[in-house]
Amino acid sequence: MSAWAAFRSAWRALVANALRSVLTMLGIMIGGAAVIAMVAVGQGATDRVQEQMQALGSNIMLVVPGGVSQAGVRLGAQTRQRLTEEDALAIGLEIPEVQVAAPTSRATGQVVWGNSNWGTAVMGVNNDYLEARDWPLRSGRLFDAAELAGSAKVVWLGATVARELFGDQDPVEQTVRLRGIPMTVVGVLSPKGQNSMGQDQDDVVMLPLGTLRNRVWGGDATSRLKRVGSISVKVREGQDMGAVEERIKELLRQRFKVQPGAEDPFNVRNLTEMLRAQEESSRVMTLLLATVAGISLVIGGIGIMNIMLVSVTERTREIGLRMAVGARGRDILAQFLIEAITLSLAGGAVGVLLGAAATWLIGTLADWQVSLSLGAVALAVGFSGLVGVFFGYYPARRASQMLPIAALRHE
Amino acid sequence: MRAIPAAPPLIALRDVSKVYQAGQTVHALRGVSLEIAAGEFVAVMGASGSGKSTLMNILGCLDTPTSGSYLLDGVPVQDRDADALASMRNRRMGFVFQQFNLLPRTSAVENVELPLLYAGVRQPERSRRALAALQRVGLGDRSSHSPAQLSGGQQQRVAIARALVNEPSLILADEPTGALDSQTSTEVMQLLDTLNRQGITVVLVTHEADMAAWARRRLLFKDGRLVSDENNWNLTPIKEASA
Repeated sequence: MSAWAAFRSAWRALVANALRSVLTMLGIMIGGAAVIAMVAVGQGATDRVQEQMQALGSNIMLVVPGGVSQAGVRLGAQTRQRLTEEDALAIGLEIPEVQVAAPTSRATGQVVWGNSNWGTAVMGVNNDYLEARDWPLRSGRLFDAAELAGSAKVVWLGATVARELFGDQDPVEQTVRLRGIPMTVVGVLSPKGQNSMGQDQDDVVMLPLGTLRNRVWGGDATSRLKRVGSISVKVREGQDMGAVEERIKELLRQRFKVQPGAEDPFNVRNLTEMLRAQEESSRVMTLLLATVAGISLVIGGIGIMNIMLVSVTERTREIGLRMAVGARGRDILAQFLIEAITLSLAGGAVGVLLGAAATWLIGTLADWQVSLSLGAVALAVGFSGLVGVFFGYYPARRASQMLPIAALRHE
Repeated sequence: MRAIPAAPPLIALRDVSKVYQAGQTVHALRGVSLEIAAGEFVAVMGASGSGKSTLMNILGCLDTPTSGSYLLDGVPVQDRDADALASMRNRRMGFVFQQFNLLPRTSAVENVELPLLYAGVRQPERSRRALAALQRVGLGDRSSHSPAQLSGGQQQRVAIARALVNEPSLILADEPTGALDSQTSTEVMQLLDTLNRQGITVVLVTHEADMAAWARRRLLFKDGRLVSDENNWNLTPIKEASA
């Protein structure tokens, strides 16, 4: 008996009891829909974290000064409690695993061009920062050495700022005013998207550290110390982030002359690791959701087994007749197995459609990031097929082992 | 129409017994020996419990004897496994049942195709042969009707077409007219008679004497034993004349 003929005969048997078939499939439908929707939600969360990791750049650590709580250490007025450009230089030079250590400072300011203006974050950086963050320029050029050393009035615009001030025009070589200081735009950054806190990272202007210190803030006593807000450290590919983190701490403890047992006046945040942990937890979440949804598929399978047992009993005479005209045990087994699989696969297919609709609804109404993947569809359909085989086998085997004379006489 | 005795018999039973162990031991057949030659039309008669149904099941390879041997066309059938028996049923014989046993909601032609399906015959050959069989029983114009759209006699003729379709050498009819009125019973018996005259061996199980009268040989069973085996020549022309 060919597979196609078996499938047609299975289809006819299912259509003959259409309502019963649909009710039987209901469990599989709901299970399949749940798998699709749950995996889409979980995968959406994972994707979001992955996008953030992408935006952050790979292998990034952030060194920041300790909070006010460490004032209790009271090391005296001249002790360096804050990070400086030299600290960044030292990290870059003395720790070979570090690819680049970029010092940055932050401020805010109003940027004006022509008759438009835009309030934004102002970052003092050097060229290393772009390397550390894997953040290329969309147009324009890097700062040159003279501009960096001479606190030149040059600036890069983030994609959002460029759009808000210039629209479609090219900002490069235009002069904007930042806190009233005229500055030449020498580059526009490529778009970076949101960070893990949901802030728009493109809403920024960047200028040389010296320019921020000496011209925007105005040179005071602290500017001679070349203090910076934080240091972004990019570790070379394939290095142990934890070990490098320890070496950075060790180096800074020496530089800050921290007594053994005393609190560090700085923090090293391993951003990549934090996001990895977040990614891992959303992966586990996805797995958990898929498992719960999978259980409902299995319960749907029990419904299929139940109805297949009823069907085998009802059709005992048909089984006897088929055996009398030459069906072997395996022909009968195949027939009922194919019926069960047809039920479960049809249920799974409808479930996928329902799940896709539910996913779309969740994405639209709840505004969650969702990701409907081909893998989830394959998982749902494949698993419902397996459920059909597993729960269909017992009834089918029972049918195939009937004795033809007993089956023919069955009333 | 009796076959030449020298030819190998189509069916040869030697000392066949069948014992059922259902709570108590039941001897359904006790040492039955008989031969049926190709081309015969045999009626198996007897009261219920006489063993005629058991004989039918054994002849039809639906059951195997407890002891004794059964040669079908010279090939031993006893001790074969279920798959081999299924193949025998499929290729060597056709069944006609009292209750027709047609698949509901399935067209006549597809019902007739069923044995071909298990014989591995592919389309369009399968439909072609099924239609030919339906024409042979005079239902060529009803091929797309479902059993519910056919009368009892027509349903039984579809069942006969199903029995014919694989070109069997033997048709086993178990009370084929039991569910039919006398008019359609006669039609069905005429059809079986015609097929017999075309060379197919027919074994008919019945308890009605006027149906058995169509056969040219009558076997009478009682308590699991063959008690009478007589020829029935002279009745046949009378039936034919009345038909």
